[in-house]
Amino acid sequence: MTAAVIILTLLALIFGLALGYAAIRFRIEGNPVADEIEAILPQTQCAQCGYPGCRPYAEAIAAEEAEINRCPPGGEAGIKQLAELLGKDIIPLDADVGIEKALPEVAIIHEDVCIGCTKCIQACPVDAILGAAKQMHTVIATECTGCELCIPPCPVDCIDMIPTKIDITNWHWGKPIPITTISEIADTRGEEVA
Amino acid sequence: MAQRPTDNIGKYLHNFPGGLKLRHHKALSCCKPLPARYLPLSTEYCIPVSQHLGQPAEVVVSVGQQVKKGQALSTPGKTGNAPGAFVHAPTSGEITAIEKRPVPHPSGLNSLCIVLQPDGKDRWVELEPVDDYRKLDCDELIQRVQAAGIVGLGGAVFPTDIKLQGTSCLINTLILNGVECEPYISCDETLMKQAPGKIIEGALILCHVFKIEKVIIAIEDPMDVCNLELEQSISEFNAGDCVEVIRVPMLYPEGGERQLIQVLSGHEVPAGQLPISLGILVQNVATVAAIRDAVIDGIPLIERLVTVTGAGIREPQNVHARIGTPIADLVDFCGGYTAGIARLVMGGPLMGLGLRNDQLPIIKASNCVLALTHADITSTQPEMPCINCGNCVSVCPAGLLPQTLQTVIRAENFEALESLNLDACIECGCCDYVCPSHIPLVDYFRYGKGEQRAQAKEKQESDIARLRFERREQRLEKQQAERLARHQRRKRALAGSSSKKDSVAAAIARAKARKQVLAANQPDTNSETGKGENS
Repeated sequence: MTAAVIILTLLALIFGLALGYAAIRFRIEGNPVADEIEAILPQTQCAQCGYPGCRPYAEAIAAEEAEINRCPPGGEAGIKQLAELLGKDIIPLDADVGIEKALPEVAIIHEDVCIGCTKCIQACPVDAILGAAKQMHTVIATECTGCELCIPPCPVDCIDMIPTKIDITNWHWGKPIPITTISEIADTRGEEVA
Repeated sequence: MAQRPTDNIGKYLHNFPGGLKLRHHKALSCCKPLPARYLPLSTEYCIPVSQHLGQPAEVVVSVGQQVKKGQALSTPGKTGNAPGAFVHAPTSGEITAIEKRPVPHPSGLNSLCIVLQPDGKDRWVELEPVDDYRKLDCDELIQRVQAAGIVGLGGAVFPTDIKLQGTSCLINTLILNGVECEPYISCDETLMKQAPGKIIEGALILCHVFKIEKVIIAIEDPMDVCNLELEQSISEFNAGDCVEVIRVPMLYPEGGERQLIQVLSGHEVPAGQLPISLGILVQNVATVAAIRDAVIDGIPLIERLVTVTGAGIREPQNVHARIGTPIADLVDFCGGYTAGIARLVMGGPLMGLGLRNDQLPIIKASNCVLALTHADITSTQPEMPCINCGNCVSVCPAGLLPQTLQTVIRAENFEALESLNLDACIECGCCDYVCPSHIPLVDYFRYGKGEQRAQAKEKQESDIARLRFERREQRLEKQQAERLARHQRRKRALAGSSSKKDSVAAAIARAKARKQVLAANQPDTNSETGKGENS
């Protein structure tokens, strides 16, 4: 009886020390779940989800404070990935936060209208607008995430969103459209089916 | 000494998985007439700026400018490290337009082209020939190859200078690819028959510069005449000890770089790596001949041999066509179309690109113009469900699982493609050809590859955006902290100078405190006086 108590106490002590040591030695900084969620989010930093950026939204999802369907730029594919990661059901995009765009967009400043107020520069979350006070501003197209945050502050309404152009450098093959019936084949050849 | 993968190269022939035996249809066009004829000047040349894989080139001429034959029209773009290539004027004349025009590209989109109106004089720009290539070093050679705008003429159109740059001195074997495995195409065979010397000399230049020990010219089994011509040329150049011609059996797609290496060496190029990892450099024979012209004569790549063939052409033959010539001019030169023409293809019947019309220009990648009749093509069949027959698996030269890939792509599960090695697919079309359910497998693979690339690009862009966002946040925080510090400093300074009364009071307080400290330190005898003073 005493032996058993002593052995169990010793074991508890050893495991307790081992666990305590492991907790300090292998401590993970930050929130790994939020990191993984953030890696899926598109990093447009558009704040359409209601959080001030992708990182805060990722942290909110990780803390189960937010649904996974509040990211319009990530769209359906993003929701699918998040659902897979978190073991949740796939739900449609929350219509209140916005709609998924067919093509990525970038902002363009109409340079003849711009008055150089720097308001858009302050609004841009990724520093993609170049300019100085009373100087014309311009968008660095390759850095622009298309978040549209620069549009509301502009006092002269000189910023537009334009979809990225498809040319032969960024074009790729689309999904094949299967031909399934005889009449469809006839259609593609412009023939009449008797 | 450890054995290298290239030690026994060419000694025995090996197999690659899969492949198809196809009817060749080469007798139609091959070597009628020899040497191939030159096309007369066209009325207009339309030279696309992006003919190669990679970055679009930067136009260096303007509308209305007079240019000479061989003058550079565009240079590789300066942006980033993406590959680019020079494009040159095919003849002398005036630049009449620089605009977007239809080009031979699967997208059917217009692309920037330089339009040249010939003046009929065909005057060359001043060329810089080299007397002795043995004096050239590696960098000079690469620089000359780049200035001549040479790209892989086998079909991949990857800029050759960049391929050579990556090569440096790590290779010991050069394989010249004369295996034109795709049916109908015979431009490389024609070149090997009419100008074997150029190929051998080009190979010797590369040998000299890159210290290559061995050159293998791979040709197909039935190319007897080529073999003779090449052997004769080798003995003329006294290159018998390092250059060897090897005939490989006819099997499609043996002309693929990786497949050819496997046949000759028995070693597979590891997935995701280049042939350099085995110490091998593979070049198309036409590319090597172009390198010779560029290095020795200083002639840029402004023309190529094109096979104009198929039952839809009256007089199928190989012709020397300048880059930018409308395809219609080639067809007219070859007697025009026959009655039953149904389809015009640039390239071969398996990997070629269907063309909308014949007004498109010849580009550096155009090895063949193929006109097929209704008898040649099967009508479009409806796509049936996959029956898992496994035919596609047994013919795939890359050892992939086309049926699995197809299912995964159809389900848009693009993350799974990585483990299935979709990258290794060479889009040869063997699986398409044998599929009893008429599934357009290669179309699915192209779609999958495109999506994979697009997702990788998105990932890269989002990483950059995240970094920029974080940097901005840090900067804003720092600014905020600085502002706060400045504010407090100023507040303190203001508080200090606001009134003299305050400073006097503070001085009194300080003096009192000092006295208290002094009093506490005094011995007991003095305590009474201290008390008295304080009270």
